[in-house]
Amino acid sequence: MEANQCLTVKALTKYIKRKFDADPHLKDVAVKGEISNFKHHSSGHMYFTLKDDSARLLAVMFSAANRSLKFRPENGMQVVLTGEVTVYESSGQYQMYVKTMQPDGVGDLYFAYEQLKKKLEQEGLFRADRKRPLPAYPTCVAVVTSPTGAAVRDIITTIKRRYPAVLILIYPALVQGDRATASIVSQIEKVNKDGRADVIIAGRGGGSIEELWAFNEEAVARAVSSSTIPVISAVGHETDFTIADFAADLRAPTPTAAAEMAVPHVEEVLERLLSKQNRLTRAAAETVRVSRNRHQTVLNTYIIRNPQALYRQQSEQADRVTERLIRGMKSLVDRKKTAAAHSAARIQQMGPHRRIQVETAQLERLNHRLRVLTEAAVEDKKNRFQNAISMLDALSPLKVMERGYSLTYHDDDTLVKSVKDVKIGDQVRIRLSDGTLYTDVQSIGGNKNEP
Amino acid sequence: MNLNDLSFEQAMERLEKITARLEEGDVPLEEALAEYKLGMELSALCHEKLKKAESELAKLVTNQGDEPFRLDGEES
Repeated sequence: MEANQCLTVKALTKYIKRKFDADPHLKDVAVKGEISNFKHHSSGHMYFTLKDDSARLLAVMFSAANRSLKFRPENGMQVVLTGEVTVYESSGQYQMYVKTMQPDGVGDLYFAYEQLKKKLEQEGLFRADRKRPLPAYPTCVAVVTSPTGAAVRDIITTIKRRYPAVLILIYPALVQGDRATASIVSQIEKVNKDGRADVIIAGRGGGSIEELWAFNEEAVARAVSSSTIPVISAVGHETDFTIADFAADLRAPTPTAAAEMAVPHVEEVLERLLSKQNRLTRAAAETVRVSRNRHQTVLNTYIIRNPQALYRQQSEQADRVTERLIRGMKSLVDRKKTAAAHSAARIQQMGPHRRIQVETAQLERLNHRLRVLTEAAVEDKKNRFQNAISMLDALSPLKVMERGYSLTYHDDDTLVKSVKDVKIGDQVRIRLSDGTLYTDVQSIGGNKNEP
Repeated sequence: MNLNDLSFEQAMERLEKITARLEEGDVPLEEALAEYKLGMELSALCHEKLKKAESELAKLVTNQGDEPFRLDGEES
């Protein structure tokens, strides 16, 4: 073989690379196998070997491509890769440049998962405003899970440790296999129908995606979201997100975490209670203190300390008014006195004396007239009396008797008017004009016997 | 209202309300003292409720009713 026919390593490698690159099958190839020697470089690129029972293939997945991975590749994981196979010249190795990676065997499940998730998300089933708050102090926790798994044990021991005041009701459910979906759904519904629990933990321990699958079923997601009692989902370990997790009111990464979320810690509650009690006492004491201060403030006010100030002004005013009153009264009296003195002087001047003189003179006059008139009247009466006497005298029986007539009286001084008035022997008195004759009756005769 | 009819949560809620109200400080004195008394009663009630933990903590709900539920390996 001649030297000029001899190729450099570089040239040969380039030649081989061209052969690879020219093959359309190698440009877009899908290959499945198990991951080994997995390295996630700090640059973000992933380097690993894909192997099966009898062959190995170097693979690299650049960060731009692996950023959209929904899972973290691990050694031993069965995956399906797509990408191109070409030669890395500097090491002379052919390798696969991976565009997509999917877990092998569950490719359909992943597709279904993504589809359902998108659908329910669009329906609004996962919206934050649908999430109900958990009760702060539940009295009864329902656990929908397998009664035999590690999950139920973790939940019970955690709750017992944290908050023994709560009752745990285990609603046994199948959590894997064909009948798991129906079982979980019917138990969630049963918890709601029973109505005893105020929070539900639904879940199971970790497992393969197939084992967890029931929690990715639409029926379970809907049962969780339509539960009237708040649901905490607790499926698997940490990284596994199920559809039920999205639909639940709260997602716990593990059953133990779910139990911690479901109930408070009794010590915390006691502490909270104690702090409330302290706050209460402080607040009440504060109210008393404030009231006392207010009272004291009132006591300290000027008016309370100087009550006389309340009436000082009035008192002064009263004094002033009284003074004015006295002064006024005095000046009034003075004025009256002056006026009285003045009047007295005037009265003096006007003089009652003159008046008395006038009145006395008048009185004299009147007296004189009275006397004159009286005397005249008396004179008149006297004259009239004389006349009457004279007339009377003319008529007097004595005048008649002067002419010889007499009057005879019984001794009892009654007048004898008839001879029949006397008997013989009667003592009689005969009155004449110038005296009286005492005699007795010698005889009685009639007029015929007279001469 | 009978305090014993309250759930723990209701009692805590009332206790919180009373405390908050007293802390605002606008409560007349007599009322504040009455509220304080009620608050202390509620607090005692909460303590009591916490102490009274269920002896049979977990129950298995079956179609026949509730059964005591024991963890594997738990002493019977």
